Amino acid sequence: MNPFLDKLATLWPEMIMLTGAVLCLVTGLAPQVAWRKATPWVAGITMAVAWIATLLSPVETHPLGFGGIVPYVKCLALAMGLLLLMVNVGVPERLRQSLSSESAAKFNPGDAVRGEFYSFFLLSITGVMLTAGATDLVWLFLALELTSLPTYVMIATSRDRLAAQESAIKYFFLGALSAAVFLYGFALIYGATGFTEFGQIAEAVAAMEGGPSSLMILGMVLAILGLCFKIAAVPMHVYAADVYEGAATPVTAFLAVVPKTAGFAALILVIGLVGWNPLPEPIAYLLVGIAVLTMTVGNVLAFIQTNLKRVLAYSSIAHSGYLLAGLVAGFTTENVATSSENVVGGAMGNGVSAVLFYLLAYGMATVGSFAVLACIRAKHPTIEGGDTEHDTITYDDIAGIWWKNPVLAGIMLVAMLSLVGMPPLAGFVGKVYLIGSTFTAGYTILAIVIVINSAISAGYYLRIAMTCFFGQTNEKVHYLKAPTLTVSAAITTAAAFALGGYAANGIIIKSHDAVVPQSAPAEAQVEPQPSLEESRSDA
Amino acid sequence: MDPAWIISLQLYLPVLFAAGLLLPIPALSERKVAWIYSATTSCISLLMTCVVFWAFDWSQPHVMQLSAEVPWLPQFGLTFQFGVDGVSIWLVGLATFLMPVVVLGSLLEVDHDMRAFHFWLHILEACLIGTFIARDVLMFYACFEFSLIPLLFLIGMFGHKNKLKAAKVYFYYSFTGSVFLLAGILYVAWFHFNQTGEWNFEIVALIESGQAMSVTEQCWVLASFLAAFAIKTPMWPFHTWLPLAHTEAPTAGSVDLAGLVLKLGPYGLLRIAIPLAPAAAALFAPYLGVFAVLGVIVTALICWVQTDAKKLIAYSSVSHMGFVMLGLFAFDGGDIGATGAMYYLIAHGLASGGLFLCLGMLYDRFHTRDLREMGGLAKEMPMWSFFFILFALAAVGLPGLNGFVGEFLTMMGTANSPDGVLGWSFAVAAASGVILAAIYMLYCVGRLCFGPLKLPEYVPQKEVFEAAISKRTFHGMSRREVMTVGPISVACVVLGLYPTPMLSSMEPVVQANTAAVKAEIAKLHGSPEAEVEVAEFDTSGMEVSKQRLYNMDLMVEPIAGRDVRAEIKQAFGTGSISYSGSADISGLIAEVAAEYQAEREAAQ
Repeated sequence: MNPFLDKLATLWPEMIMLTGAVLCLVTGLAPQVAWRKATPWVAGITMAVAWIATLLSPVETHPLGFGGIVPYVKCLALAMGLLLLMVNVGVPERLRQSLSSESAAKFNPGDAVRGEFYSFFLLSITGVMLTAGATDLVWLFLALELTSLPTYVMIATSRDRLAAQESAIKYFFLGALSAAVFLYGFALIYGATGFTEFGQIAEAVAAMEGGPSSLMILGMVLAILGLCFKIAAVPMHVYAADVYEGAATPVTAFLAVVPKTAGFAALILVIGLVGWNPLPEPIAYLLVGIAVLTMTVGNVLAFIQTNLKRVLAYSSIAHSGYLLAGLVAGFTTENVATSSENVVGGAMGNGVSAVLFYLLAYGMATVGSFAVLACIRAKHPTIEGGDTEHDTITYDDIAGIWWKNPVLAGIMLVAMLSLVGMPPLAGFVGKVYLIGSTFTAGYTILAIVIVINSAISAGYYLRIAMTCFFGQTNEKVHYLKAPTLTVSAAITTAAAFALGGYAANGIIIKSHDAVVPQSAPAEAQVEPQPSLEESRSDA
Repeated sequence: MDPAWIISLQLYLPVLFAAGLLLPIPALSERKVAWIYSATTSCISLLMTCVVFWAFDWSQPHVMQLSAEVPWLPQFGLTFQFGVDGVSIWLVGLATFLMPVVVLGSLLEVDHDMRAFHFWLHILEACLIGTFIARDVLMFYACFEFSLIPLLFLIGMFGHKNKLKAAKVYFYYSFTGSVFLLAGILYVAWFHFNQTGEWNFEIVALIESGQAMSVTEQCWVLASFLAAFAIKTPMWPFHTWLPLAHTEAPTAGSVDLAGLVLKLGPYGLLRIAIPLAPAAAALFAPYLGVFAVLGVIVTALICWVQTDAKKLIAYSSVSHMGFVMLGLFAFDGGDIGATGAMYYLIAHGLASGGLFLCLGMLYDRFHTRDLREMGGLAKEMPMWSFFFILFALAAVGLPGLNGFVGEFLTMMGTANSPDGVLGWSFAVAAASGVILAAIYMLYCVGRLCFGPLKLPEYVPQKEVFEAAISKRTFHGMSRREVMTVGPISVACVVLGLYPTPMLSSMEPVVQANTAAVKAEIAKLHGSPEAEVEVAEFDTSGMEVSKQRLYNMDLMVEPIAGRDVRAEIKQAFGTGSISYSGSADISGLIAEVAAEYQAEREAAQ
């Protein structure tokens, strides 16, 4: 069959998402209020349907031999997307409500729903899904841009503050710069190999004598540095704190999770071009350096912040560092020769799948913590009984939540403990996975740096948790009554527990099999033979 | 009942009871109801422990019994594996024994968030039990690490004036130590993977392959383990978090902290660190001994100048833990030191728990613990004074009480320690710590109990005080208070007078865990005493008996054609030697031993 049609057959979920995005525009701008109010539902149902379609659609043969990475990342993106949607529902409405008093007097709920917000939301998630499915450098570039471009608009329109627009502008210009950097890197990779298709590039690299040529390495280095922007890794991290601070908190949660997932999916694919057996030295040094710097800078700077959104921004930078450690550890072919199912300890030592697992664990905890922050509102200056988003949420604002809203405090506690890596929560399993893979790959130093950084990070995570429980209640704080927000946060809490326990196995198998070459099932079929022979001899 | 269920229930019950407190029943928020609930549930846990004691086969204490396995993450080779042996069963017993006592004692002190208080107490109990019964090193780590959270809340929510700082310092200190433990564990697991090709976190499996690590690796691994365990124990100079945590914690927190949480450190050292890195343990032992002795003496001197009674007891814990570390790293031939150290864990848990409870009662009455503000209580509160003095004497080590057995055994082990590890000089120095302990404890007792009656200034004077205590029916104590400290005092006396069952069940476990270190010490220091194991075989090759040779006469007969001298000499290096027959070769062994030692000295 036509390879283009084959490819299209795997793109059903994306097509559903695009249709949903258009539908959101239609319903969001419809004259009837009821239609407009239904827009978040349209977005949610679209993602649910796309999820089902992902599970049903055929798994294509990956040019780099990553068996299940495409469905894994798509499901991850959709799962996080659904949670984030629940956090983001109502952002446009609240925008209207918090306008100045004159317009608030004329406030009409019918004006409130602005469909384009949800439309951009879906488009960005689609970008992540396309990133995972990329088999070509051009495709990869376009998919990454599709992830980023809607987020600029989402930031700018999320709050009626100058800070939001400033954030959007900063994010946009730096994003464009980083896109130029990694596009330049892609161009050099094309120059070094003569191909843009991943499989062909990998073959060309394998054919190079004495390892990848210096042009190829240079291209890789530029591509990695450019992608560091997406994952907010040093030296491309400087924007993160400012942008996170300026955007509305739900959108910040989106920024902390979605572009990062796309960035790591892209990094796995780009590094997969040269492979991990072994990783070329310059790239390994580069990644180790970035990982160490990112963790340390992120944690140290988070420690000294007082604005909680900045704290969580730097925490997200630090987690990129941990994830990079898993990425540099990677996997060796013999490590992942077979599917991990039914093999005791079979998944340990696979750095890439550790990254995939940790993305989920990190995403859950981050969404949970931002959801709690999003619930914290200040008294509105002009509207009686109304509330507005804080310009800066400090430790004082979350102090003593426990006394007024124990559920939020509990959610925050679990999120913080998961981020710090406390057993038996998801973050702990993720950290064990990452550290185990760095040991396996021989980067003992990285393991030690992770451990030291965990200790530093306990400083601010614990401070947040303790402030929630032991602080003096701040009377000026309002709590947003948004059931979807709480539900979303509660789901992340449940997930943090589930992924720290036996339920994590399913995800670990999936994440491990994501990088198992597809020939594996054939090998796995050979294994049952001894048991057959045994049964015969028994008879 | 299936034996696996017994130990699982022991672990799950406290968690279930804690979950019960989360039920939306408004009555549970009331002080009395929550208190009765908690007292009942903790007694059920204690009954469960009785079942465990009953099901345990006491003739084979060194075998892990009542084992259960629950899959956790098979993909990582991780399972929740638990079971009890001769040491852990006693520690589990201590944990469940102190729990109802703590609940009983905390009725008056805690006056808000009753649910949260009892919830975290139950969770803490579960964590402690989990740590003591873990057979999987990551399960051990998970419980060890998670025990930080309940105590953080007990201190942070229910503590005294400076509680936030105390909670923070406690958490940071312990957390920093234990992340290094995690790195060490994963390194050993990775080493095990290299050796065997599979990921497995079972303690026994890791110990087996861990011993194959090079000495440098072992040193790093032991250092990372010590980072967690020395802080938890706490070993001087890593003890600075403890006095703060104790002074700010509520009584319940203090009792659990001193009585149980501190025990995790030495237990982890014996169960995991020492057998896993025997060569490093042999190398580190003298240095750790120096720290331990310094800790004993320095903190005893610090105790002497304390005016806060609770701080005094807290520092005395550090001092007493020095004895534990000494005994643990003595590695003497008969394992007297390490067995004594394990016994001392229980003894100290009881005595210090009792002391903290007594001080808590005092605090309930006067809202102060300042030694300068109170005195002469023996006349007004004779019952309280009786218990306080009893526990103080148990802590000091009065013969007939449990502290004496522990101190005596650890010091005896230290004195018997092979050359180059510890020795009589350490024992003598530690003994001076015992004298200091007597001084500061009796000073504290003297201040509080004897002399003219003195009450804190801001307590309404004598008449009110008398009215207050007259309501407490029993010579200055209420029945509840007597029920709180009574069981502990009985346990102190019983264990002091009849320690044999506990010691004899602990000894085989301790021996199994220190055997590898002793072989390493023999290699290092060439001490023949610590080393040779003579196994006797009958003609069919069955092992008849196996004994470690110290100065005993063994009837064995050299078999023709075997080079006895060479084999014995080799045995000094490797650890076992086998013969069958009836000739006395002890003279021969002594001869070879002297020769072997001379050779080593020449080589050095």
